[in-house]
Amino acid sequence: MNRRDFLKAGAMFSMSLMGIGLPGWAYGGTKSLEGKKLIVVFLRGAMDGLNVIVPYGDPRYYQNRPTIAIPPPGQKDGVLDLDSYFGMAPALEPLMPYWKDKSLAFVHACGSPEATRSHFDAQDYMESGRPGVKVVNSGWLNRILTQLPETNSPLRGINVGATLPRILQGPVDVASYTPQTAGKRSALDMPVVAEAFGKMYSGRNDALSRAFEEGLKANEMLTEKLSKEAVAADKGAPLAKSFKGFGQQLGKIFIDDPKVQVAFVALGGFDTHVNQGAGKGQLANQLTGLSNGLADLAAGLGDDFKNTVIVVMSEFGRTVKENGNGGTDHGHGNVMWVLGGNVGGGKIYGRLDELSEEKLYERRDVPVTTDFRTVISSIAQAHLNFGPSSLNNLFPDFGQNDKSLSGIIRS
Amino acid sequence: MPKVFTQIVVSLTVCGFVLSPALSWAATNQAKTDQAGPKQSAKARETRAASLSAKRAARQAAKQAARQSGPGTNVKNASSGPIVPAAEELKVLHLLNRITYGPTTADIERVEAMGVDKYIDEQLEPQSIQLPEAIVKYTNAPALKESPANLFLSYGRDAFGEMAKAARKKGPGGGTDVAVKKEIQQLLRDNYQELYGQTTDARLMRALYSPRQLEEVMTEFWFNHFNVSIDKGLDHLWVGSYEENAIRPYALGKFRDLLGATAHHAAMLFYLDNWQNTAPNRAPLRPGQKNKKFAGLNENYARELMELHTLGVDGGYKQADVIELARVLTGHGIVSKRSIAQQPAGMQSKFGYSFDPNRHDFGDKVLLGRTIKGRGVEELEEALDELSKHPSTARFISFKLAQYFTADEPSPVLVSKLASTFSRTDGDIKEVMRTLLKSPEFWDSRNVNAKFKSPYRYLLSSLRASHATVSNTKPLLGFLKLQGMPLYQCQTPDGYKNTEKAWLSSGGLLQRITFATALGANRNPAARISSVSTDEIMKVAGVKPTDKTGQVVASSPRSLQISLLFGSPEFMKY
Repeated sequence: MNRRDFLKAGAMFSMSLMGIGLPGWAYGGTKSLEGKKLIVVFLRGAMDGLNVIVPYGDPRYYQNRPTIAIPPPGQKDGVLDLDSYFGMAPALEPLMPYWKDKSLAFVHACGSPEATRSHFDAQDYMESGRPGVKVVNSGWLNRILTQLPETNSPLRGINVGATLPRILQGPVDVASYTPQTAGKRSALDMPVVAEAFGKMYSGRNDALSRAFEEGLKANEMLTEKLSKEAVAADKGAPLAKSFKGFGQQLGKIFIDDPKVQVAFVALGGFDTHVNQGAGKGQLANQLTGLSNGLADLAAGLGDDFKNTVIVVMSEFGRTVKENGNGGTDHGHGNVMWVLGGNVGGGKIYGRLDELSEEKLYERRDVPVTTDFRTVISSIAQAHLNFGPSSLNNLFPDFGQNDKSLSGIIRS
Repeated sequence: MPKVFTQIVVSLTVCGFVLSPALSWAATNQAKTDQAGPKQSAKARETRAASLSAKRAARQAAKQAARQSGPGTNVKNASSGPIVPAAEELKVLHLLNRITYGPTTADIERVEAMGVDKYIDEQLEPQSIQLPEAIVKYTNAPALKESPANLFLSYGRDAFGEMAKAARKKGPGGGTDVAVKKEIQQLLRDNYQELYGQTTDARLMRALYSPRQLEEVMTEFWFNHFNVSIDKGLDHLWVGSYEENAIRPYALGKFRDLLGATAHHAAMLFYLDNWQNTAPNRAPLRPGQKNKKFAGLNENYARELMELHTLGVDGGYKQADVIELARVLTGHGIVSKRSIAQQPAGMQSKFGYSFDPNRHDFGDKVLLGRTIKGRGVEELEEALDELSKHPSTARFISFKLAQYFTADEPSPVLVSKLASTFSRTDGDIKEVMRTLLKSPEFWDSRNVNAKFKSPYRYLLSSLRASHATVSNTKPLLGFLKLQGMPLYQCQTPDGYKNTEKAWLSSGGLLQRITFATALGANRNPAARISSVSTDEIMKVAGVKPTDKTGQVVASSPRSLQISLLFGSPEFMKY
């Protein structure tokens, strides 16, 4: 029995004790999970959530941010109204249709209980899914794969980028794909080369040989799939020059291979200590690229959009007050975005209190009122049918019992 | 614009120039050691005492390990259990793998002849090793030699001030002439490319061919520790100057000097936004003046100075300390256009540094429980003194060095030994390195061929091993970018990691194999390899004919053999 079987057996055992009626794929077979996907977009550098989902109804927002606040709806470069209190940054305009048809939700004042203001620790905790614990050998997105049915596809998990991030490290092998080379010929397309290297890397049973085999399988598939895409790109569509390109490519891979279960992409450039701008400017430019990419991805998924949940998250938020340089420093609570055909959207979840100093975390930051693990757990429960045992494997020291987000995926 | 990537032909034979002076230096050194004979017993006692205290410290370190600050700390310690020294015949290869960018057969022969101890001593004194002319010429490039202010004036936007002025109101309809504007954009991009080309050429050529290999490795290590990136605004003008003037001279010097140099270079002050860090509630310089750029504290540099440069994230500072250090740092910035003319000579002009008392917070500060009397520019010196002497700093730096040079999960005993040398010698990096390279932990057989190469090391080691002649560094830079390690472009201040976890990925491994195949077949556009035999590469890769790799190589076509070796599991590691 390997580790994965062990985990599954454990899941089955604990659920059989609790009786039928609990959700859990281990019972009902895998049918309901057919084609279900989870995509995580991680914004490295701490996105300024207060300038993404803006509490424009709170005058303190404007007092705290004299030069970088986004004006109320209707004014020049003002927010797009969501519910008469919150507004969305105008840069998110490409996502407005999804808000309107209720497939886009936000969770405000969300984050990690470990209030470090170090980017690197905070990202580490958020990717390992075990805040405060430094010795964790796997990331939570990989642990999600351990709880999903195997599809015998080398592309169960896809990482966009050259290096494997923390969140995807763990027992299940994941394909890393670099948009620059995907679909291009490699030396290993030559049989004589492939054969010799194949022999050299075979039968070693170590991390290197596993990476080699995984890479070879994934390469074959991606080469085939993306050569079609490359043709289309020649007709004018930019390939992977921006997140827009990633969005299109990812959508394409998902459609062509229904066995892909999770994907991850990280984007940088959100550490806006200086001159971040308001409705327009540095942060808005980043958000525009991101929103266009997400809209492309959603559109590219076609019918699969209803089977997909896309989560956008960042390691922590930024200070409520702007700093001395038209920017913001490292803060605490932030906003998470949840997008997908079956998302209970058009709604802002979580609780962002008024931004008065005495209510802020250490009198300066948005306090965290929803643990980020609650968001992921709620999605895992409703979207991926995770039962208690799978949830415990996902976030071992959490004990999810917050029901406030149960509607975030429509049943 | 002059083209940067001049055709150059340097091959490893340049090392031949060095051989004789280095050997004669080694001979002198031997004589000194011989004279020092009588002192030996005292020294032995000292060593024993040090090792006892190291053992005690190690016990503590093991306890601390779980919450210890090490980057990517992991308690599961591969190096627990007794040390088994590496076999004699592996020692030379192991040493060359770790303190150079990969052995060549000539290196192996040379070190075998002189002995590992002498080679270590020689590498710890880079000034004693003569640099070949072919390398020196790269160090004279403007990107490395010019002051940040001059680079700004001759390569930055200001260089085209007249052109821009002339284009104003010259366009159709009275606006700016768009064609000229575009031309300026292009000229600026050319300028940045030119400086980047000079900087990367100097880095790569020295890493490949300098006989001062440990100096190269340490320069990379410290640049990465005090990372800045060309992707942040004006830093594309200054990265070369930063490395050459603020990092390289101190790479084997005193940590305090290195820390001080980085804290005063325009590239760092810009990268972490400190140039705008200003005393809160400062009165406007002119009545009614509104200055959005300089209106209050910016914590960015203060935080990373403690988290990444000195104490480490668990080193014992709090948010309040970040704010206090940010206050200390107010006014420490970059030379302004207006004041360039009145720049005093020395560090200020060389580093592009300037202190503006009008923006400094003159109040007292309390940093890590100690009061720093508000008095201006000296406060920073006092703060840096404190930080560099702090035990957390000794431990954090020691962990990083041990991880870089020995194992992803380094022995806590070794970390403690290094930390104690660090504290005892007032942060003398050379002495810390001497302790490291002469420690039993470094020579532990479990560390031999156990680390996974970073993309940078993989690239350099293959080119060195094959005596490649590099004619154009651009494709090499492209490879690094593809592998996720673009040179001078790590955007985040923590720099690149150097662990297997960080670099081993399925896609990345296949790219390396593709690179190896092209290099071995002499189809790499950047580098030609010449007259190197399969046996030579077997030797530097540490592959024996009886190994699986050796067997596959022997049974494969000749034209593929070198490619196979460079793409082998053994060559991915070091």
